[in-house]
Amino acid sequence: MGNEGFTAFTLKSLTDEEYYLPGNAACPGCAAVMALRIGLKVLGPRTIVVVPACCMSVVQGYYPKTPSKVPIFNTAFAASAATAAGIRAALDIKGIRDVNVVCWAGDGGTADIGIQSLSGAAERGDDLIYVCYDNEAYMNTGTQRSGSTPEGARTTTTITGKSERKKDVPGIMMAHRIPYVATACTSYPIDFANKLRRAASIKGTRYIHLLSPCPPGWRYPAEKTVEVGKLAVETGAWILYEWFGGRCRLTGPSTGLAERSKRRPLEQYLEIQGRFSNADPSKIAEMRRRIDEEWERILGLCHD
Amino acid sequence: MFATGNHAVAYGVKAARAEVIAAYPITPQTQIIEKLSEFIEKGEMGAKFLRVESEHSAMAACIGASACGARAFTATSSQGLLYMSEMVFWAGLGSFPVVMAVVTRTLAPPWSIWNEHTDILSQRDAGWITIMCGSVQEAYDTAIQAFRIAEDRRVRQPVMFGLDAFSLSHTSERLDLIGQEGADAYLPAPEGHWRVVDVQEPATYGNLVGPERMMEIRYSVKRRVDDSAGVIEEAASEFSRISGRAQTGLVEEYRTSDAEVILAVVGASSGDAKDAADLLRDKGIRAGVARLRVIRPFPAERLGAALRGCRTVAVVDMDYSFGYGGIIGREVASVTGIRPFNYIAGIGGRDLGVRDFAGIARDALRRGESGDERREIWWGMKDSQPSL
Repeated sequence: MGNEGFTAFTLKSLTDEEYYLPGNAACPGCAAVMALRIGLKVLGPRTIVVVPACCMSVVQGYYPKTPSKVPIFNTAFAASAATAAGIRAALDIKGIRDVNVVCWAGDGGTADIGIQSLSGAAERGDDLIYVCYDNEAYMNTGTQRSGSTPEGARTTTTITGKSERKKDVPGIMMAHRIPYVATACTSYPIDFANKLRRAASIKGTRYIHLLSPCPPGWRYPAEKTVEVGKLAVETGAWILYEWFGGRCRLTGPSTGLAERSKRRPLEQYLEIQGRFSNADPSKIAEMRRRIDEEWERILGLCHD
Repeated sequence: MFATGNHAVAYGVKAARAEVIAAYPITPQTQIIEKLSEFIEKGEMGAKFLRVESEHSAMAACIGASACGARAFTATSSQGLLYMSEMVFWAGLGSFPVVMAVVTRTLAPPWSIWNEHTDILSQRDAGWITIMCGSVQEAYDTAIQAFRIAEDRRVRQPVMFGLDAFSLSHTSERLDLIGQEGADAYLPAPEGHWRVVDVQEPATYGNLVGPERMMEIRYSVKRRVDDSAGVIEEAASEFSRISGRAQTGLVEEYRTSDAEVILAVVGASSGDAKDAADLLRDKGIRAGVARLRVIRPFPAERLGAALRGCRTVAVVDMDYSFGYGGIIGREVASVTGIRPFNYIAGIGGRDLGVRDFAGIARDALRRGESGDERREIWWGMKDSQPSL
């Protein structure tokens, strides 16, 4: 469904041009900056990136240097979507129609402090792409829990593991009836690239929620970022889907994981990280139940 | 025509051809944005109107628009201004030439919708040029001048201008317009003046700055705000020329040259203060009025010159800084070296009329003669002391 006239991207379709240069201030193994590198290749040079307070405010480096070959506009923590709306309004008034306005925000700036302005923009249908790179805690300030931290994860403000479940921001965005909502994972860059390209081809508020593993925050060795992200998807803990035209479909490896037996054991995803080391079998059973619930909900959307 | 202060602002913003307006409703500002949205929906004004979900977002959107070179406007009041405050500082410290009308209103709790100046004065360290209007006509004139001041190459800082809640925002007075041609001649299109975000010339704006550079960045804001004093005077005199109406730049002086007592005031009640000065002069008391039109940059020299030679100065504050005093009174004292009597009056919209100003002037003279050391007087207090 929904794929008419849309040829899927391959590695070869990505330009060799680099818009986010090496030598930036990201931590080793940072998935969010890998995704930004890929994302800018998809969006191209006529893109303005709006960044609220988040890891990207550090990754972009120290004034007057910058790794970015597209304009980056920093704004306050709660204000990315509203700032982007103002940028879009100015471009409209000046008759500039071919520039992508993109918010690149962490989960705190999206699920928590920034959700009001994101919701406002979505309700108004402001013409912008919003990418939440979700590293599942406030990583810029040293791993405090956010609304997007999953149940059971240890953070510096939930030292025995978070007791509440993760806030479903893609679901919240779907409830706004915006034209495009997708999830992605940095370990599947082509899947992400295709979703971003699809988003860029549509007008209105478009939302991509990108799972972005974080070595220091999730406590795994930096070289295992891609592996950890793959385990998130292959165990079913993170579901890849896109929702547009009022319909939902699974994408990438998630397509074959609707049946629980096809998924790798959840423990494989949890064990590779230090943040779930406090989770006992009953907690893991609870997490598995939540994951199953989530699958049922998404599959329900896919079958409608 | 006749118009309220709020509608006068809307006519001014229309004449200034604002391009992006982002605003959230709050009493008693709402009529400004209602009128502007009406202009836009009727096709009389070619701006984009963003009906945002909060004042924080209103200012964020104005900053985004301004960063791309568009002429941006918003209006707010009281709680809305405080809610917006983070972005107010962002606009000021980032040198985005946004223009904002603030209908001054008491802060809660308890709830109050009436006039007071503590809201606008709470933002005085945000890097904004801050003006207080004295009349409906001046609200219109200032709305247009504000864009010219904000966008001037020597300034490029945001401007907020205040209107007293209800006594100015909702009161109709005669209003003369300058016409679109007049406004266009006065205020050139902003194209190319300050564009920051441009895909043709990519730059990262607002990234991390260390201690080795921050002082210089702040100093550049200081320089521009300080230098705006001359630009404000220029903008006023040029506006006088095209409108044929005398304009106040930094400080309005009324019968001050030979005054034995001067009432230093801010905002619309200056009209009552001037009437009081006339009344007192009829009775042989040489009274005058100095109105601070501009709060930032604080016109220390101009005000000092206006007050020099006067025996007694009474600063009337419709605001208060707890543990410090009347904000304007303390500032006047600190920058002019004068020790004024500081009257705290009109708080929460308490009536403050011609009789009060006449009474304040007499009271200040009496205290001056008797060598009274008490400098802060809460004027118009009732005997009973209500508590929350």
